[in-house]
Amino acid sequence: MSAEKAAGTEQAGTAHEPQRAADTGAGTAAEKTADAQGTPLVELRDVSKFYGNIRALEGVSLQVHAGEISCVLGDNGAGKSTLIKIVAGLHQHDAGSFRVNGEETRLSSPRDALDRGIATVYQDLAVVPLMPVWRNFFLGSEPTRGRGPFARLDVEQMRRTTHSELLRMGIDLRDVDQPIGTLSGGERQCVAIARAVYFGAKVLVLDEPTAALGVKQSGVVLKYVAAARDAGLGVVLITHNPHHAYLVGDRFVLLKRGAMAGSHRKEELALEELTRQMSGGSELEQLSHELERAPVPEHLR
Amino acid sequence: MTAASTPTPPGADEAREDGPPAGTDAARHDGTETGTATVRSDERLVHRSLFQRLLGRPELGAVVGAIAVFVVFSVVADSFLRASSLSTVLYASSTLGIMAVPVALLMIGGEFDLSTGVMVTTSSLVSSMFSYQMTANVWVGVGVSLLVTLGIGLFNGYMLVRTKLPSFIITLGTFLMLTGLNLGLTKAISGTVSTKTISDMEGFASARALFASELTLGPADIQITVVWWLGLVALATWLLLRTKAGNWIFAVGGGQETARAVGVPVARTKIGLYLGVALGAWISGQHLLFNYDVVQSGEGVGNELIYIAAAVIGGCLLTGGYGSAVGAAVGAFIFGMTSKGIVYAQWEPDWFKFFLGAMLLVAVLLNAYIRKRAEAKR
Repeated sequence: MSAEKAAGTEQAGTAHEPQRAADTGAGTAAEKTADAQGTPLVELRDVSKFYGNIRALEGVSLQVHAGEISCVLGDNGAGKSTLIKIVAGLHQHDAGSFRVNGEETRLSSPRDALDRGIATVYQDLAVVPLMPVWRNFFLGSEPTRGRGPFARLDVEQMRRTTHSELLRMGIDLRDVDQPIGTLSGGERQCVAIARAVYFGAKVLVLDEPTAALGVKQSGVVLKYVAAARDAGLGVVLITHNPHHAYLVGDRFVLLKRGAMAGSHRKEELALEELTRQMSGGSELEQLSHELERAPVPEHLR
Repeated sequence: MTAASTPTPPGADEAREDGPPAGTDAARHDGTETGTATVRSDERLVHRSLFQRLLGRPELGAVVGAIAVFVVFSVVADSFLRASSLSTVLYASSTLGIMAVPVALLMIGGEFDLSTGVMVTTSSLVSSMFSYQMTANVWVGVGVSLLVTLGIGLFNGYMLVRTKLPSFIITLGTFLMLTGLNLGLTKAISGTVSTKTISDMEGFASARALFASELTLGPADIQITVVWWLGLVALATWLLLRTKAGNWIFAVGGGQETARAVGVPVARTKIGLYLGVALGAWISGQHLLFNYDVVQSGEGVGNELIYIAAAVIGGCLLTGGYGSAVGAAVGAFIFGMTSKGIVYAQWEPDWFKFFLGAMLLVAVLLNAYIRKRAEAKR
């Protein structure tokens, strides 16, 4: 693999070129630690976003390294979707620094993000349900044959590649022509992840990939998230399920009402602690107090 | 193998005797089994997808409807099957179809255009009046008309992507404005509600040859609009099914935000679709002009709904993301057959619109039913 070779030469002699290690997306275990100290693929530092006078996000920091999964946890309205939109290029941040491969960036569009290797898979809009699987797989990056006005889709290659790439993810489709809406939710997420990996994404942003799924399907999706990590991608996993996050995550960023409520590495954190922080610790105690059985009021007797 | 052979020699013998052939047999059997399995699954795939492809085609409902209408008029109208009648039917279908095809693409892309009917009139008015007032070669008027019509399409598309208002509202506005402009400007410039004759002007003959001539094909005369129509259907089908742009059209109609998220240029695709509609309106408008020589400025109102109806009968979903150009052409053909068939059957032509309306409802119900069946089959 050329990526490994490049990473090898980088390790051998050039300490003054840390960026290339990140560029090549080196993902072997030995390099992971070295890379963890190197330049992150994506780094947000004190990023803020305002919608008019509403503070959607303030002072949020996040690091994404190759071969690691950074989890962003938070309740509804915590600012997860705002964060994802900034990383995906749908919105621009108002303050703070947003670096891609160590370079200060303002993404102008999702296309811009894709060109820099940041692919985003949204929970509810990962695919176009009425379109065949193979058209969905290549949507936005269709291979063509011929040139100029005669450029036509390379349908055979598109069909074949879709089938083989999905087979690699364990989805054996009888017919890549079936509308993707006929697949299960987990399979649709997997198609979207397979697509991002196939098109050479270096950073994969996943928006609540397991939110609408059952236990078994969530497991399947998490397996592919881990597979993407092992392939050397940096993964941002947005979720409100601490159990799913803890299974695969390396770093955890907790958001609460648009602000950082904590940032941890997996070594520093136990699942119980993560769950407690997620469910809002003291708030839960308060709630349990409120829910305690109280004597029935006089007038209801 | 070794464990079995050491304790009992006869057993070993047996094993040796039976073993190898059994092994190879098993291996061969395995081989053939996987072989047949893959072959079988391939066969199943081909068989199923052929079956599904037929059921899943958006045009199916329209084709079934077209055959039914054809059979009905063949039976009730003696003259319907004559070559001259069929060429009249084809002509009526083509004038609708030239617009129904780009309108269908636009609807697959998830948008409406209510200004198409009057846009056709605008296109022919501009062409005629520019040539007449400037006493120029009619081809100059034809060119100016192309620019103006594309400008209207660009306006519709640009307003849509900038304001993000529903296309229904924006094109309703364009429709009303164009209706007023057609009448107002024509009266202001020509003094009457129709344009002056331009048949004696330079270039008229050649323009007429391109937009409104007849080709003799065996026993029947085929209007050149039929050629335009079929050409547009072929072009649109190729565009939809075999190009990037086609993929984008399906995507912006079926899931605009998804399309945007994976990098499809949504705004450009939608503006392009409105330009396509304008191009159809231009062809259609030039045909009207060079066929009738004069243009009535109040014409075209109401046709936009006929185009949409043809596209819907042809299997386009009102919500976008699904449909076909061939379906829209078949939808236009149904309209053509009905409008002329009623005349040949010597029915009261006042009933024409009633039949169209009923047919539209039946076609949409049939489409919905077939699509449900097709999806349940998968």
